[in-house]
Amino acid sequence: MNRINQLFLQQKKSKRTAFITYLVCGDPDLKSTLKIMNLMVESGVDLIELGVPFTDPIADGPTIQKGVERALKKNVSLLDVLKVVEAFRKSNQKTPLVLMGYMNPIERMGFNKFSIQAKSKGVDGVLLVDSPPEESEEINSALIKNDLCQIFLASPTTEDKRLKKIIKYSTGYLYYVSIKGITGSSIIDFKPIKKSVDHIRKLSKGSIPVTVGFGIKNGITAKNIGKFSDGIIIGSSIVELIEQHIDNKMIMYKKIKSFLMSISKSIGEK
Amino acid sequence: MKKINYKSFPDKDGHFAKYGGQYVSETLMYPLSELYKAYMKIAKSASFQKELKGELKNYVGRPTPIYHASRISKELGNCNIYLKREDLNHTGAHKINNAMGQAMLAKAMGKTRIIAETGAGQHGVATATACARYNLKCVVYMGSEDIQRQKINVYRMKLLGAEVVAVNSGSKTLKDALNEALRDWVTNVDDTHYIIGSVAGPHPYPMIVRDFQSVIGHESKQQMKKINKKAHILVACVGGGSNAIGLFHPYLNDNVEIIGVEAGGYGLSTGKHAAPLNKGKPGILHGNRTYIMEDKNGQIESTHSISAGLDYPGVGPEHSWLKDNKRVKYVTVTDKEALEAFYYLTEKEGIIPALETAHALAYTFKIAKSKSKKNILVNLSGRGDKDIDTIASLQGMKV
Repeated sequence: MNRINQLFLQQKKSKRTAFITYLVCGDPDLKSTLKIMNLMVESGVDLIELGVPFTDPIADGPTIQKGVERALKKNVSLLDVLKVVEAFRKSNQKTPLVLMGYMNPIERMGFNKFSIQAKSKGVDGVLLVDSPPEESEEINSALIKNDLCQIFLASPTTEDKRLKKIIKYSTGYLYYVSIKGITGSSIIDFKPIKKSVDHIRKLSKGSIPVTVGFGIKNGITAKNIGKFSDGIIIGSSIVELIEQHIDNKMIMYKKIKSFLMSISKSIGEK
Repeated sequence: MKKINYKSFPDKDGHFAKYGGQYVSETLMYPLSELYKAYMKIAKSASFQKELKGELKNYVGRPTPIYHASRISKELGNCNIYLKREDLNHTGAHKINNAMGQAMLAKAMGKTRIIAETGAGQHGVATATACARYNLKCVVYMGSEDIQRQKINVYRMKLLGAEVVAVNSGSKTLKDALNEALRDWVTNVDDTHYIIGSVAGPHPYPMIVRDFQSVIGHESKQQMKKINKKAHILVACVGGGSNAIGLFHPYLNDNVEIIGVEAGGYGLSTGKHAAPLNKGKPGILHGNRTYIMEDKNGQIESTHSISAGLDYPGVGPEHSWLKDNKRVKYVTVTDKEALEAFYYLTEKEGIIPALETAHALAYTFKIAKSKSKKNILVNLSGRGDKDIDTIASLQGMKV
């Protein structure tokens, strides 16, 4: 069974909310990325979304975009990202890994070639932010054939007709974008998010775990969202810590760890 | 082979065969579908079309004339070169056709704020102009590199009441301004309409912009008929490709040779150019599948052209489709050739063309000799006033 499915099955049994984190692969360099990934696992992170750098990240806010630019300065490519996955798997066979990014680098490599390579290096799922189900048929079949999950986004403006389509194509989990806007914005109100998550659950008849991302920056928000979702996703705050402490990696690691531990602790049990 | 009806594309999902589509984040799917619905309902209505026609006539100055450039025709050989004078539009280029149409659509949709991206500043100026005309708040995203290169247009936009936001990310040029505008739109979609300046971006933009620009081709057909001439060859420059598709589209089902001219920069072999249709590969950029310039890892490459308006690593998806179908031939001319054409038209006909347009002219001049007795219709997409600084500094002068 795919590690992602395994994780959510286990979370369901133990009534826990999955803690999901994001970082840009190669920000500020490949070695640090590997180090931070291991640090994430030590701090209670259940699943890691590894960002694949792309020159034109239209769905990301300024924080992640800067992280992407730092990685691109080091010429980090999709192949490098797969190497990091391979290295991570040498010491960790348990934590699910999802590659998150844009369509073009993967299209360039070729959907089948990418899927086969990704699977063999230890990737569990793929999230392409600029590829809604309508444009995903071809890549979806390549991913599924290789036992890779394809994660899709749903947003506050997604209509039911499309939501059904998204649910149909989603494997692993569904990523609910809590706010209109880009990564790095802040959540103001929990109620509409809960309503949407409940609605997705109803439409999907509970067939797919629903996670929430965008705008979660602290323990209180994480705890509140965690109460009604299957997982919470934190990205921009981590990339921000990397940027702030870019000149001193020891402090960077320390700060990231204590931040993640605090989130982990506040999610706790439901 | 089955004959293609070129006017029946894109399909309902915005595809030109494998090109086009909607490669955007989920948050944009709803606004794009709302825009599509509004466009089909409002912009296709007789009342909207009538109002637009009136605005294009009285405010923009349409129809633009077709001018028979007899002096250069004679000098270059035995062909007849006709110029569709889009440079004579209000604000000096074809960009206003689309800006007016979309601003009117935004107003009808109840939007109060307009955003746009701009490279050379022509689309930014056109949008700022339309916003002043329709009392809409206007924000224009522009790469900080381009702001440096196009100071006069920046000032014009500010005079027109627009806010110009400098974009410092990525290559700090047009493509990054487009990224930033998309981000703004995702965040402020309730009151904001995004006016894309070219036939790029996700569906329905390539279709909307094409339709508003098609006035160029429709007028041309009527005007040529009036003087009892038939256009044998159409020529236009292609960056994103809006002026080209505007001229070409009404002619696609006709028996006429069509040529699009991309920016060859320092030459195709140098890699420093902006010619995705000639040297690129199909890929995904800015919400659609089309020919793009990318490296072996699928990262978008930076481009070079003497003309800021052609300096873009992608191209409208319809052009990619027309290329694959061999309906349109896409060629390139270098910076140097474009410059020569710029001087030539200026000196021989008293028309200073935009550097973008000079690419179409350069290719036309190149083939003129071999096209005996043919009528070549060139889209003179814009005037060259904006390029005077660039030209002067090439001559070692400061204006």
